[in-house]
Amino acid sequence: MAKYIFWRILQMIPILLGITLIVFLLVRVSGDPVLLMLGEEATAEQIEALTKSLGLDRPLYVQYLSYLGDVLQGDLGMSLRYVNQPALEIVMERLPATLTLASTALLIAILISIPAGIIASVNRHGLPDYLASFLSVFGQAIPNFWLGIMLILIFGVTLQWLPVSGWDNPWSVLLPAFTLGASLSAVLTRILRSSLLDVMGQDFIRTAHAKGVSPVHVIFGHALRNAALPYITLIGLEASSLMAGAVVVEQVFAWPGIGLLAVQAIGSRDMAVVQTIVLFAAVIVMSINLIVDVLYSFIDPRIQHG
Amino acid sequence: MADVTPTTLLEEDRLNMRNWPRINPLAGAGMVVLLTIALVAIFSPLVAPYDPGMPDLRARLSPPAWTAEGSWAHILGTDHLGRDILSRLIFGSRIALTVGFGGVCIAGTIGVFVGLVSGYFGGKTDAFLMAVVNTLLAIPNILLYLTVLAVFSQSIILLIVVIGCINWTAFARVVRSEVMSLRSRAFIENSTIIGQRVPVMLFRHMLPNVFGSVIVIATLNVATIIILEAALSFLGFGVQAPTVTWGGMLADGRDYVATAWWLACFPGVTITLLTLSLIFIGDWLRDVLDPRSNG
Repeated sequence: MAKYIFWRILQMIPILLGITLIVFLLVRVSGDPVLLMLGEEATAEQIEALTKSLGLDRPLYVQYLSYLGDVLQGDLGMSLRYVNQPALEIVMERLPATLTLASTALLIAILISIPAGIIASVNRHGLPDYLASFLSVFGQAIPNFWLGIMLILIFGVTLQWLPVSGWDNPWSVLLPAFTLGASLSAVLTRILRSSLLDVMGQDFIRTAHAKGVSPVHVIFGHALRNAALPYITLIGLEASSLMAGAVVVEQVFAWPGIGLLAVQAIGSRDMAVVQTIVLFAAVIVMSINLIVDVLYSFIDPRIQHG
Repeated sequence: MADVTPTTLLEEDRLNMRNWPRINPLAGAGMVVLLTIALVAIFSPLVAPYDPGMPDLRARLSPPAWTAEGSWAHILGTDHLGRDILSRLIFGSRIALTVGFGGVCIAGTIGVFVGLVSGYFGGKTDAFLMAVVNTLLAIPNILLYLTVLAVFSQSIILLIVVIGCINWTAFARVVRSEVMSLRSRAFIENSTIIGQRVPVMLFRHMLPNVFGSVIVIATLNVATIIILEAALSFLGFGVQAPTVTWGGMLADGRDYVATAWWLACFPGVTITLLTLSLIFIGDWLRDVLDPRSNG
């Protein structure tokens, strides 16, 4: 297992290189950093001196390699907007908020989709099935930022049950997390329903029923575990959209995470911070995928990683 | 045995596609909604009751007609500058549909091409192209869109091109896996044996056979792009005012959610209706074109 995890981490390296390359090129096309730092009134000598001292007169590939070297040493550059603060520090400060939001959203999605998927597949072509199917299509069609605004309208403004912006108390996370988790719970319900239906038609389930195993035990003891693989795969695949969704949802709820920071940093061309956020987001997504792959062999011992 | 040329088998495949099942009610409703919105978009200036950018400060924040203080002059009410919501929704449909269908054309072209090449050649080409796909999938794409759009001047053409150039991974993955399974089919093996050139193989023999899946993904992808365009406009990085976008209307509406719910409500309802329609049509197309799957 350790060997497999090591192998998987090795496989992440080319992807990480690709991401650093994209990020590096993005910053290069985003305008001259020297002009951004010195402002409009800089003299030609000042510009030349700073260009030289930042190493921007070197060939592009040399600049990329030196950027890569810096990244490996944990030096992700200084923020332009927050003067003299390393980008890494600023992003780390905001990271817990996003991780809290995303993991609560994932938890909500799981708590909704597992019962919904089971109820839908047990009552195939019944009313609960159609209701679950309809809701899950609806959850995919509805833009999350609009859902967020409507939840603010209903629970914040009209009913005044829940706080609608910022992160002041533990309840603050509920509305943004539900907003972020809604579409995920929709796709998860859909896949759990169809994979449960697949499993329920197999021989060992019929055998279990024939032996007189109670229906509840058939589902939780036999079927669910066998239907879990596509479900977990999908969680891995959706990790990236969860992070992307967080960018928008944090904006709606003024949630102080890296998504809100990203939009502000992009707006003010604070490219060091943008680079750091993209790298972090990609690493989070890849870590989730690694965890998913490792979970496979726990759920299905037939899958041997070696 | 009669000669089994690639064409006879292909024609057989095409004949099978004639057994189209009936349109289900959901897909039918979806088509009606899509067609209506498309017609409204084309004939916006004729259908819209008002100029979408014309402020009328005397009629600021007027609620929808059916509410107590509403008036039939503005059926869906007016926004904070007194502009007619219905007219703005009508003109906003132009941007949504243009970006949706324009983006999917570019994304589909790139994705199908990458998928064909990757699946057909395999080996190092495939490994490289799939590494590109996996890299794009690992980055939350919205950060890429935002950065590129912040750097360059924001125009609708740029928006479509950027969306098309980043959003093609779904096409590439599906086409690739279908091409890999097609490679072992008899008619492809036959045409390899008779020495067909690679472009002919890819575009005459492979492409028609993956077309069904491509259409399904394209339909669902239009919905994704429409939501994405709205999100970018909502964040202030999409097509800029004075052009009307649904996302921009939502951004205005968020600030008035406590006092004037109709500002944010109607654009969202419209987006959801349109994306729901596309999903229903896409699901129906999947049933029609790909009988194996029953998602």
